[in-house]
Amino acid sequence: MTRDIALVAFAQTDHRRTSDELSEVEMLMPVLHDVLGQTGLKTADIGFTCSGSSDYLAGRAFSFTLALDGVGAWPPISESHVEMDGAWALYEAWTKLLTGDADTALVYSYGKSSPGSVRDVLTRQLDPYYVAPLWPDSVALAALQAQALIDAGETDEPALAAVGARSRTDARTNSHAQLRGSVPQGDYVVRPLRTGDCPPIGDGAAAVILAAGERARELCARPAWIRGIDHRIEAHALGVRDLTDSPSARLAAEKAGAFERPVDTAELHAPFSSQEVVLRKALRLGDDVRVNPSGGALAANPIMAAGLIRIGEAATRIHRGESDRALAHATSGPCLQQNLVAVLEGDPR
Amino acid sequence: MPEVLKAPLVVEFPFTRSLGPVQSAFLTGLRERVVLGVRTADGRTLVPPVEYDPVTAEEIRDLVEVAPTGTVTTWAWNHEPRRGQPLGTPFAWVLVQLDGADTALLHALDAPGPEAVHTGMRVRVRWAEERSGAITDIACFEPYDGAAADVSGHSGDFEDAVHGIVAHARLDYVYSPGRAQSAYINALSSRRTFGERCPSCRKVYVPPRGACPTCGVATTEQVEVGPGGTVTTFCIVNIKAKNLDIEVPYVYAHIALDGAGLALHGRIGGIPYDQVRMGLRVEPVWTEGARFPDHYRPTGEPDADYETYKELL
Ligand SMILES: [Zn+2]
Repeated sequence: MTRDIALVAFAQTDHRRTSDELSEVEMLMPVLHDVLGQTGLKTADIGFTCSGSSDYLAGRAFSFTLALDGVGAWPPISESHVEMDGAWALYEAWTKLLTGDADTALVYSYGKSSPGSVRDVLTRQLDPYYVAPLWPDSVALAALQAQALIDAGETDEPALAAVGARSRTDARTNSHAQLRGSVPQGDYVVRPLRTGDCPPIGDGAAAVILAAGERARELCARPAWIRGIDHRIEAHALGVRDLTDSPSARLAAEKAGAFERPVDTAELHAPFSSQEVVLRKALRLGDDVRVNPSGGALAANPIMAAGLIRIGEAATRIHRGESDRALAHATSGPCLQQNLVAVLEGDPR
Repeated sequence: MPEVLKAPLVVEFPFTRSLGPVQSAFLTGLRERVVLGVRTADGRTLVPPVEYDPVTAEEIRDLVEVAPTGTVTTWAWNHEPRRGQPLGTPFAWVLVQLDGADTALLHALDAPGPEAVHTGMRVRVRWAEERSGAITDIACFEPYDGAAADVSGHSGDFEDAVHGIVAHARLDYVYSPGRAQSAYINALSSRRTFGERCPSCRKVYVPPRGACPTCGVATTEQVEVGPGGTVTTFCIVNIKAKNLDIEVPYVYAHIALDGAGLALHGRIGGIPYDQVRMGLRVEPVWTEGARFPDHYRPTGEPDADYETYKELL
């Protein structure tokens, strides 16, 4: 497998608390048109299409098939869907391109959390025998991890608050972000996590285009070459894990080649401030690495899209010449249960 | 912009799940106020116990009783309990390593406030009054100032073991159908049917969903269709549906409303079921206060020529 594959275009919605006036396909379609427009490609030119979403978020059965209306899937296209963040859809598309079956891929994902109560919805992904019957919500589980970090002396509440504040300050230059600038740290949601330590709940969508070899150079002045991607998972039982560390993120980074040479930029999918602490350690990111210049998931966290957005943001910085080698990370599940790491590079300047 | 339509939507599902031998023993044990773990090949005791070693994936079946007392390994104070959670009053979420176990169990701790909780504190199980063989047989944990409770060394064999659980789930949503479907629904309230035309292929979608699935572009031009239409194809329903007060047999048909680029479906009435045919001209019949046509009936016009609807089958 010696085929170079690059991310050549990225688009995202403005992420907002609600999008009542739009159906999922109505929300998604503009970003699909945006990435196609950036490359001049039409649906018929795309070799493979892959999406990520979850019907549980908005409570709409088969919403991913309706979302496909926005692609224009006739004549029939080669298409797949994962019930995962779009970062995992990108992984599938990257694999498809590596096989040589396709030269271009469209990857998109979307999440509309506003119709439901996402803290409760996410309990349904937990162990149905021992955990889900207790309805431990997503903030509660993240708070258990945060307290474990505080007990271990890895962080404290002011340090966590600083992570949130830095993220939203950086998001001032990101017009798509939901929370930008100064945001109060607020009261405890589930102690020790305060409002400011938690991601905003919102709706949004993102799309990217991947292309192989010379095709990528035709479509993009400075393609973001994907040097490696890997994803790994922890044991599902929280009580088996060391919540202060993320061996799965570290292993994914190693397999993706992240430790072979330093990166200058990292886009981390850390929905809670405490998770950035875990990831910085696991991914060995020093103070010289620019972490989440987009503001990260603490500034906008459209579930199912926020991981793909990390890869898209990292690639965009390479496209613009602001980064030469970037790490992008996506997570899924409680307390960083699953982690995907991608390493992106620009051509030498 | 017209008012956004919203309606409550409840998704409820009782999952009946079967248990493996280790899960069955653990949950039956809780019913009998016995806490069981499972021992791995390298000698660790996992509580709650699982069927396969989380590190090696090896099948593990060696059950071992542990104490109903233990130590908090991490905690989080929940001042606003949510629906379904173990306690209705503020409590701490805790991971508890029971005495004799090497891993921790997630549950709730009943404590007066966050100042009364810390990592390393001793706790014990508070059993639920009524127990059925479920994780909720542990009502919660409570502070406990003492040494490990004695255990009898239970084998994990029980009379009348539970082999399944019923996991209830309910999620509440507020559904809003989006721009195109809202316009369609709003028009129906005045007994008119609006579709939307694709700017690229010119097809009129009824009901509109906001995008042309062929072209992948937004449909925006609103087009009134009907009220008359043509039966393009149909079936005869011979089995009575639950909660539906319609005499069988009856006809359910695809109906291409005049001006529409695809057929919608509806029941045909006002004509014996065995006289319904392709090409039959029909019109909607509304009942008082209804939000959509109750059924369609013949207009008495001559049948439509096959050529006029063959693309809409
Ligand atoms: Zn069209």
